[in-house]
Amino acid sequence: MSPAQALATAEKPRDGGLQVLRERGQREVFCGLTGIVWLHRKMQDAFFLVVGSRTCAHLLQSAAGVMIFAEPRFATAIIEERDLAGMADCHAELDRVVDRLLARRPEIRTLFLVGSCPSEVIKLDLGNAAQRIGARHLRSETGEGVRILAYSGSGIETTFTEGEDACLTTLVPEMPVQAADAPPSLLMVGALPDIVEDQFLRAFAELGIANVGVLPARRAGALPAIGPNTRYILAQPFLGETARALEDRGAVRIDAPFPFGAEGTAAWLTAAALAFWIDEMHINRVIAPGRERAKRSLERYIPALKGKRITFLPDSQLEIPLARFLATELGMIPVEVGTPYLHRAHLAADLAQLPEGTRISEGQDVERQLDRVRADRPDLTVCGLGLANPLEAEGLATKWSIELVFSPVHGFDQAGDLAELFARPLRRRDVMRI
Amino acid sequence: MQLAVWTYEGPPHVGAMRVATAMRGVHYLLHAPQGDTYADLLFTMIERRDARPPVTYTTFQARDLGKDTASLFQNAARDAVERFKPQALLVGASCTAELIQDDPAGLANNMGLPCPVIPLELPSYQRKENWGAAETFYQIVRHLADTSVRPAAREGRRPCVNLLGPAALGFRHRDDVREVRRILDLLGIDVHLVAPQGASPEDIRTIGAADFNIVLYPEIGDEAARWLDKTFAQPAIRTVPIGVGATRAFIAEVAALAGVDPAPALNDPSSRMPWWSRSVDSTYLTGKRVFVFGDATHAVAAARIAHEELGFTVCGIGCYNREFGREIRNAAKEYGLEPLITDDHLAVEDAIAAAAPELVLGTQMERHIAKRLGIPCAVISSPVHVQDFPARFSPQMGFEGANVIFDTWVHPLVMGLEEHLLTMFRDDFEFSDAAGPSHLHGSAPAHNAMQAQMQAKPEPVLAPAGDILIREEAAPVAASGGSSGWTDEATRELHKIPFFVRGKAKRNTEKYANEMGLAAITLDTLYEAKAHYAR
Ligand code: SF4
Ligand code: SF4
Repeated sequence: MSPAQALATAEKPRDGGLQVLRERGQREVFCGLTGIVWLHRKMQDAFFLVVGSRTCAHLLQSAAGVMIFAEPRFATAIIEERDLAGMADCHAELDRVVDRLLARRPEIRTLFLVGSCPSEVIKLDLGNAAQRIGARHLRSETGEGVRILAYSGSGIETTFTEGEDACLTTLVPEMPVQAADAPPSLLMVGALPDIVEDQFLRAFAELGIANVGVLPARRAGALPAIGPNTRYILAQPFLGETARALEDRGAVRIDAPFPFGAEGTAAWLTAAALAFWIDEMHINRVIAPGRERAKRSLERYIPALKGKRITFLPDSQLEIPLARFLATELGMIPVEVGTPYLHRAHLAADLAQLPEGTRISEGQDVERQLDRVRADRPDLTVCGLGLANPLEAEGLATKWSIELVFSPVHGFDQAGDLAELFARPLRRRDVMRI
Repeated sequence: MQLAVWTYEGPPHVGAMRVATAMRGVHYLLHAPQGDTYADLLFTMIERRDARPPVTYTTFQARDLGKDTASLFQNAARDAVERFKPQALLVGASCTAELIQDDPAGLANNMGLPCPVIPLELPSYQRKENWGAAETFYQIVRHLADTSVRPAAREGRRPCVNLLGPAALGFRHRDDVREVRRILDLLGIDVHLVAPQGASPEDIRTIGAADFNIVLYPEIGDEAARWLDKTFAQPAIRTVPIGVGATRAFIAEVAALAGVDPAPALNDPSSRMPWWSRSVDSTYLTGKRVFVFGDATHAVAAARIAHEELGFTVCGIGCYNREFGREIRNAAKEYGLEPLITDDHLAVEDAIAAAAPELVLGTQMERHIAKRLGIPCAVISSPVHVQDFPARFSPQMGFEGANVIFDTWVHPLVMGLEEHLLTMFRDDFEFSDAAGPSHLHGSAPAHNAMQAQMQAKPEPVLAPAGDILIREEAAPVAASGGSSGWTDEATRELHKIPFFVRGKAKRNTEKYANEMGLAAITLDTLYEAKAHYAR
């Protein structure tokens, strides 16, 4: 399929006909706090302060496992009994903690106060706190302040990657206003590993798109301007609220499948370029080498993956585009594709390419879902860390979903790495005699 | 509010999970939001368990609040009991559910469930993981123990005991139990039950049938043991057999209480640690300065071994669990030290840096601290990570435990012979510093492999859970000299000092120069400082 064709399918989503199994029961997923683990690496002058409980701190520690960093740019202000009993005014306590933190880390330009379930249940207004504290931390000597923002990563509001969505949403109002007569600009949205981000920026430059901004920017001062002349393209499928906020500021979304594999990336880059009226011949010329390289890197994996059945348990919302990639580019057969939340509009292009008969499920009832996995017996199950070893022990091969979020997997030059992540557990089973 | 980056202990409901997961036939219904399910991975990834913890989370969401979180809880209880058919159901709240005050105990009790319900009240904003485990185990015992069960008449049978405390995610609990069972077997004593590890509610019912209890892990088992003493007049052995001396004392106490001859266990020929420690190669261990930090029980035991059985000098001691602070204070007094009782790892890091030990004995936290400071380290206590759940048998308790401890603590130190060789041949081109001590290379294969991968990849990005990917900072020890203030001559001399003490020499010299107000560090300064700090 040419990128233009891919785009064409993208334009007529298989609506209505889509059967979605909706479930509500026990969910086995991280909360939105987890996003801090990659966001703090991405935004190099930002600090994330969770206002929560010991559980929140323990979650971050267990999910992050980056203890190697002496002082990572995140921490938890643990609410204690005396805060709850009103013996200590929560706001005064928070001010104290923040002051200490900022005194210790003068290089911090943006501080995110991250809400948790406990802070929300006790109705601790962090937005308010952010304004109050922000006013005090204008660094007058330099005229430069510390920007204090607040968002919720709580488990009662957000699931895993929705934490990033909430974080980026708070950055949107901070973006400068684009001049009314500004030339059209492109905004790439979603945290990507630097290496992938740079590849995409190079590709946009070669395509001839002159003004390209990235959200989140690596440094707080570098937030791109935004306005009605902005076209934005999502690099991650879980950014529903961010998209809405961008649209409130006049930006217009470029519809595209997500940039996984040779075809996904080709279609994604093409969609961006077409939005800037770039000549199709030129587009094909620019992307052909990368696309060919990606295809070649995928060919190696086809023998191992073709015809293999795969189930995704809900986790990061990357499930639909990844299933699309595995099905159309590697010949895998998606059995069930679970996602915590299905954003139909943003995923239309990928949904349209899923093979007929793919079972799509939204939400979760983990016990029932595991019953289905046991009945389906897929060749590979993509699941969270809590479920992987137990499923392996039942004889089912698994791939940890978290690696898909943490590793560079987008774009042409990561296509082979992405396929490798799925092929390795299967290959391992083939080579082992134990 | 307490500012925390890393924590030694999780919340108390994680302690409850450690007990539930260790047992058979119980299920834990936890009123909690979805993110709290992360705790499963502690067991399935870090401890490599092949089954999910027996925990159902209600995973209520914001839209349920103020409406029907209570019915959500009851539905979850019904489903869990039907699906898992537990012999007992633990019910409780995590930190968030504690705030919405649904009263899990009342809700579950009103349902007429076909199994006993054990409510857990674990105050998340005051207490922590170890306390949660102890309280949970105590509640289980209190609810399930049949108070009419007593030991059979003593005539014509071997004495029998309960082993209390081993739980899931415990540091070497699996192997400690096996080793202690071996000791008891040598003494002719039967084990009535081990709990929580491996015990079912039905087993717990008969807990009163043992003659006495052995509390292997006071942090988890002591509260229950006290209740058992009160209720059944079951005495408890509280000497924890970690180290040769402690193991001997343990054997003597157990034998006395059981009325058996201690000799078969005391004369165990597999106790090799005393000879290993006396043999000449170990001479170089004398006076090595060690810093000890962990849970109180393990820290106290480690300090005693270090001091009495290896001839080290204990230069710092502390624990993160305040509940057992008294034990640490007593031990600290013995070594003439200020006890460090804190769960703030930054304070621990500062204390370690200030003490400048040659070996750190600690948890995974101290391992990271030690790595950053370039000091050898061995792990002696929870919290620990995946590589501290070894496949092989490697207890801490008993004589075999002492053998294991000898090997693991001495290993990170440069071996006696190697130390001399390095000094003698340090100018030999084949003995490049960069090689480092040969035995350290294999010590953390997972990490080294990861490091290699990281270096190969331009963008290491992020680390998935169970910290499969990490980025290491190079240990600062190897990088030394040349800093401002050092004359060339002094720098060259500094490089002649073996790398494993070079960091310390450099720090001491700079500190000395600083205190003396010297602008330049010359050859003389180096040796003045050496004399100044000589022990
Ligand atoms: S689910 Fe809520 S309480 Fe649990 S770790 Fe996430 S934010 Fe904290
Ligand atoms: S980096 Fe290694 S030692 Fe540290 S927490 Fe992870 S596995 Fe444990």
